[in-house]
Amino acid sequence: MSVTHDARIRVHKAAATAQRPAVRGWPDVNNPAAWIAAVILLIMPLIANGFFLIEIFATTLILGTIALSLMFLAGYGGMVSLMQLTIAGFAAYMVAVFGVSGNANISLGWPWWLAVPMALTLATIFGTLGGALAVRTEGIYTIMITLAIGAAFYYFTNQNWAIFNGHTGINNVSTPHFWGVDWRWDIPFYYVALAVAAACYCAVDYISRAPFGLALQGVRDNPRRMAALGFNVNAHRVAAYAVASFIAGLAGVLQVWNYRQISPGSVSVGACIDILIIAVVGGISRPVGPYIGALVFVLLRTFALDFLVKIGLDGNRFRLLIGLGFLAIVFWSSDGVIGLWQRWRQSHRPPSDRPGGGRGHG
Amino acid sequence: MTRFVERHPAWALIVIIAVAVALWLIFAVWPPGLEEAIGRKRVFLNAVFNGITLGGLYFLVASGFTLIFGLMRNVNLAHGSLYLFGGYVGYAISASTGSWILSFIAAFVLTALVGVVLQVLVFRRMEGQDLRQTMVTIGLSIVFADLMLWACGGDFYQIQTPNWLIGPIELPLITAVKSSGEPVYLRYPLVRLVIFLASMIIGIAMWLALNRTRIGMIIRAGVDDRDILAATGVRIQIVFVLVFALGAGLAGIAGVVGGTFQSLSPGEDIRFLLASLVVVIVGGMGSIPGAALGALIIGLAEQLGSVYIPTYAIVVTFLIMVLVLALRPQGLLARR
Repeated sequence: MSVTHDARIRVHKAAATAQRPAVRGWPDVNNPAAWIAAVILLIMPLIANGFFLIEIFATTLILGTIALSLMFLAGYGGMVSLMQLTIAGFAAYMVAVFGVSGNANISLGWPWWLAVPMALTLATIFGTLGGALAVRTEGIYTIMITLAIGAAFYYFTNQNWAIFNGHTGINNVSTPHFWGVDWRWDIPFYYVALAVAAACYCAVDYISRAPFGLALQGVRDNPRRMAALGFNVNAHRVAAYAVASFIAGLAGVLQVWNYRQISPGSVSVGACIDILIIAVVGGISRPVGPYIGALVFVLLRTFALDFLVKIGLDGNRFRLLIGLGFLAIVFWSSDGVIGLWQRWRQSHRPPSDRPGGGRGHG
Repeated sequence: MTRFVERHPAWALIVIIAVAVALWLIFAVWPPGLEEAIGRKRVFLNAVFNGITLGGLYFLVASGFTLIFGLMRNVNLAHGSLYLFGGYVGYAISASTGSWILSFIAAFVLTALVGVVLQVLVFRRMEGQDLRQTMVTIGLSIVFADLMLWACGGDFYQIQTPNWLIGPIELPLITAVKSSGEPVYLRYPLVRLVIFLASMIIGIAMWLALNRTRIGMIIRAGVDDRDILAATGVRIQIVFVLVFALGAGLAGIAGVVGGTFQSLSPGEDIRFLLASLVVVIVGGMGSIPGAALGALIIGLAEQLGSVYIPTYAIVVTFLIMVLVLALRPQGLLARR
């Protein structure tokens, strides 16, 4: 639970500093809780066994990174995109197609250090093109169009045998192996996932305070005014899609390495919606939210069955539980778990310490 | 129509030529070279008819979706769940009573009731909060999907076609000419034609109700300016409930139709939600004629695509959406 705990403290800290003048340093550097979380995450292999390390924590980091790309678009850009998982899945497919896999007649057999940049480039292009389409519309329309793109990709992978190998997908995708280390072993892979997640987290945190990020937030709050100030609104939005696509692509590469296979099932519409659920449950106003949401989601997905059976219910009702939890979060807190936490802190503190946050995106 | 021709002569010409070619392909006896190039005429005609009747089904789903959105700005992403719920209700009724007509009535009434409950309990509490409505309805669709899976299991259900509609009828369309000079006529399932006619009647009735009656006037006024309408003393909440009930009920009817044409199973809810999304994106949100045009285009594209380019059929649908978005982001028939 260390991740959750730390995140909450960090969130409060960030919220408190939000009232200072716009340009800040790295808020996490002076936050002891952030350091504690970092240390705990780093020594995690000493604490957790292989199952927890990969099935819970590495999966959380990967899903959290995909949800982070959605959070970046939704929280800073005001664009709720449901195709982030599709972009990740596209990158995963591209790794399988360009790299080495069990399907020799599809895979080109490039080494991983060539296949991965290629996959990332193509995924970024794919996501940016999708974004360029989506920014022509606003709000609900964006959701619908990105959902339609995700669904089209899912059905396409199901039908196309030449590149995507139909509904069986591509199996036995090889993972990198150098310096005498197989990077798919539990502990090295955990560190790879952690490094990627940390890099993405820091990048999003940094961009949110860089001129581009500030302009993007301006576009979110008042596009007309930003256009009047001379900013190219659509270019900012498309650029945000490019950044988010790259982040999602990174997570997609990790995902295909994790499972060593990719199939249409992993890019289904339900999975796309799961990413939205993760981001919303965690909270889409801060980069840490998606990781909290992913941890909650993964824990629920893994243990809900046992839990439901224990209290005498049908174990298959996991999605019902997720759906009801999601509904409860959306009904009572517009900013997910971190919003709930913030409200709880507010009710226990003098009003002078009130954070300025609480922009309603939900 | 004339205004469109005046403003976009090039597009009008392309549309007219396309329609003329399509009509020729449907009614003429194909010359032998054409049959060799693109296959037999019977296949083509079947694809066209399947596309048109599928378009009728899409229209039933999408018109409710777009009606609700147009008037209330309510984004009901649980619309697909209403479709599947209607289908299951229709299956249960027709299986227990044996009456196909009754299953339509029951599906309409019950899904309309669910719609009213949704409107009162959910949407009324978050008027104007688009994103929140979207999230809540996504959550609801997950819950509904799991509840229906719980109640009905993962099996495929098909609603029994009534006896008087079973079997094909011969249409006065020549598919080929035998060597003896005797023409072969197209045979097509009667039930699909009847359902298509019914959905056309529903569509025309809806158009008439919206354009020629007082309540239709109120609804159209509400689409344009809800606040002024409320200020003129119309009890707008009642109008909202009625329209929501109608839209949801249409989804329920579509569920019975879909259960007769195709089959009902988990996952169909998302399929039809997406179909109605694409249809209204193409046709224009909030416009009933737009839903009709979009449904026709998407239904035809899907069926013709799956016959002639099976691998890329879904991409054709998607490309149409992209093309429409690129040329007319608001949709083909949206007024804006």
